[in-house]
Amino acid sequence: MTEVIPELMREHIHRLAASGKRTDGRAFDETRKLVIEKNYIKTAEGSARVRLGNTDVLVGVKIDVGEPYPDTPNSGVLSTSAELIPMASPSFEAGPPSPVAIEVARVVDRGIRETKTVNLEKLCITPKEKVWIMFIDIHALDYDGNLFDAASYGAVAALSCAKVPASKLGQKDYRLPMEHWPISVTSAKIGDTIVVDPNLDEERIANARLTVATDENGDLRAMQKGLRGSFRWDEVRKVIETSERVGRVIREAIRA
Amino acid sequence: MEDIEHIVKKLKLIDENGVRLDGRRFDELRPIRIEAGILKKADGSAYIEWGNNRVLAAVYGPREAHPRHRQDPAKALVQCRYNMAPFSVTDRKRPGPDRRSVEISKVISEAFERVVFTEQFPRTSVDIFIEVLQADAGTRCAGLTAASVALADAGIPMRDLVASCASGKIGGVVCLDLNKDEDNFGEADCPMAIVHRTGEIVLLQMDGHLTQEEFHKAMDLSTEAAKRIYELQREALLRRYASVAEDMEEPRGGVPEPPAGVDEL
Amino acid sequence: MDGSYPARRQVVIPGELLDERGLKPGSGTFREGGKIFAARLGIRSEGDGYVSVVPLGGRYIPGTRDAVIGKVIDAGPSHWLVDINSPYPAPLHATESPWRVEFGDTERYLRVGDAILAGVLAVDEAMHVQLTMADREFGLLQGGQILEISPAKVPRLLGRQGSMISLIRDFARVRMFVGQNGRIWLDGGPDDVAHAVHVIHMIEDYAPLTGLTDTVREYLESAYGRPATGPTERD
Repeated sequence: MTEVIPELMREHIHRLAASGKRTDGRAFDETRKLVIEKNYIKTAEGSARVRLGNTDVLVGVKIDVGEPYPDTPNSGVLSTSAELIPMASPSFEAGPPSPVAIEVARVVDRGIRETKTVNLEKLCITPKEKVWIMFIDIHALDYDGNLFDAASYGAVAALSCAKVPASKLGQKDYRLPMEHWPISVTSAKIGDTIVVDPNLDEERIANARLTVATDENGDLRAMQKGLRGSFRWDEVRKVIETSERVGRVIREAIRA
Repeated sequence: MEDIEHIVKKLKLIDENGVRLDGRRFDELRPIRIEAGILKKADGSAYIEWGNNRVLAAVYGPREAHPRHRQDPAKALVQCRYNMAPFSVTDRKRPGPDRRSVEISKVISEAFERVVFTEQFPRTSVDIFIEVLQADAGTRCAGLTAASVALADAGIPMRDLVASCASGKIGGVVCLDLNKDEDNFGEADCPMAIVHRTGEIVLLQMDGHLTQEEFHKAMDLSTEAAKRIYELQREALLRRYASVAEDMEEPRGGVPEPPAGVDEL
Repeated sequence: MDGSYPARRQVVIPGELLDERGLKPGSGTFREGGKIFAARLGIRSEGDGYVSVVPLGGRYIPGTRDAVIGKVIDAGPSHWLVDINSPYPAPLHATESPWRVEFGDTERYLRVGDAILAGVLAVDEAMHVQLTMADREFGLLQGGQILEISPAKVPRLLGRQGSMISLIRDFARVRMFVGQNGRIWLDGGPDDVAHAVHVIHMIEDYAPLTGLTDTVREYLESAYGRPATGPTERD
């Protein structure tokens, strides 16, 4: 069930954008207030609750012993999934993951996997037989735009405080070693204006969306363009530059 | 798992002095904290911490029921979806409903159907979502208790709040509100839900082994506890809305309309 | 219960006893065994021999002659369907519009996505609403923006006898329609609109028991650099 946006709101947001403003008074390159609570859930090996403005996401990391994939016998396993639970929005329905949920999970996964945020080679217990399996489960609780970033920050924060339950093998539990810190920053294109961290109103009327994940060296680790519109190359460059700059500030907050 | 069972059997779930593993006596509830209205998008919501349980409940509605063939021309549907987050339990749970969640969703829906004035909103649905974020046994009771508050928060007309809790038997003793270890290694567990004012039981399940006398003892414990739980639900709602009272103008319009056809139940 | 009833402006919850001395059941209540109980979370209110509950939250419950702001969600051959944040979408028949609409030609006048100011013509016990735009005060909304607040907060926004709205208008030159269904349409200069929006959010989120009017006045006086010109209401 999608919500109908009054046409006048679409015009209103475009008009604001043309005069350098946004509905919530933010600057174009300003993100909403970010609140991170690590170790939110005791039953998870790692967890974090992230509030980005009014978007509220809970991410849990579960780690357990399992079998490796046959083609990577000495490597741990990482699996990411997202549930956009119906309570988070009138437009989320119960059922198997929607394409939106699948896309969010896969983009967050790529950011973490491609960065080798966690070195999966180090998660081998017995080659070809036993490895550590990590499940990252993203649970959207309240949706006010920009799930990509909220989910990504939650996943990185949850990993950063996760403990490998080595006590299951008679050893001591230890902190999951983080090797890199990918931070994703999403921008939306409204007319000719590009805004960072779109809220729900902006997301609903945006033509196009671009998520860019950078690492602590400013290198690119993942990108995803979404929605039906398009970007010009100069716009892409601008988005990358903003993502790196904004990403640095957010990385500090998550590492804290 | 065998190691753990072996260890726990050596421990007494309840000792000679009537003290349980977490220090509680047979008739003590775990600490409970309820907060109403914590989500922005849902029409009503509530969050509950009950011992180590952390459960979120949200309500949308009344809203048009979809698909249309499921609409009831005479009343609103009450549809509850109980779900456990994958990270809510020690051994990760695969996302999506399993048979246990489907059953719990059903019995909770039925519990609320008894109290919601469904005949006031034909063809609509009151959708209740219960999400278990962290589980330590008694999640359906915690969820139902929070959902009652969420329904009130959403302005859904009801006869009363419903309070829920479970009692069971551990180490041969009938006890209130079992936690996960007690539920796993005890002899019986019996969740129930009760309409506060009338004492009607709208949810009742049992598994394990109890004599009839033990069952009645368990129900007495639960019924008493439900009164304390009701007070917590009530306080959560009053806390959320107390400040609004002073600013409100007189209700608009002339003589208020009587409610739709409900009289002398 | 100890035999006393909730005080005049006290919050009541579903199932709470409101009266057993012979008042009649008003909206938001139900009768059982000769006693009247609250059916909804709200404020207990008495008048004309009735006791009722003024709702505190939840969706908009339509009342006859309410002015509402709706979003057109469908257009049929002789009517439109309008979302008014109520359990049911509300039909607006072509005959209740300000135009002469030919059969099948409704989209020439109102299309999906249009926002309108309309009136509630009728509500039946099953909560079905019929809308009208026949009055001159109603019409298609163009330009401006729409905000949504909880319908229960609308009385707060209006204030006693419209005093809060007058206070806002004293400072901010804006055109504003407040729908009983919690939707507000605003248009004006960017600064005036920004101040009005700020005040509306302030009113919606204000938690303490008293002092709302003072807080709003202080904000506006500071934002505009001058005192209020209307009679000052204190609370």
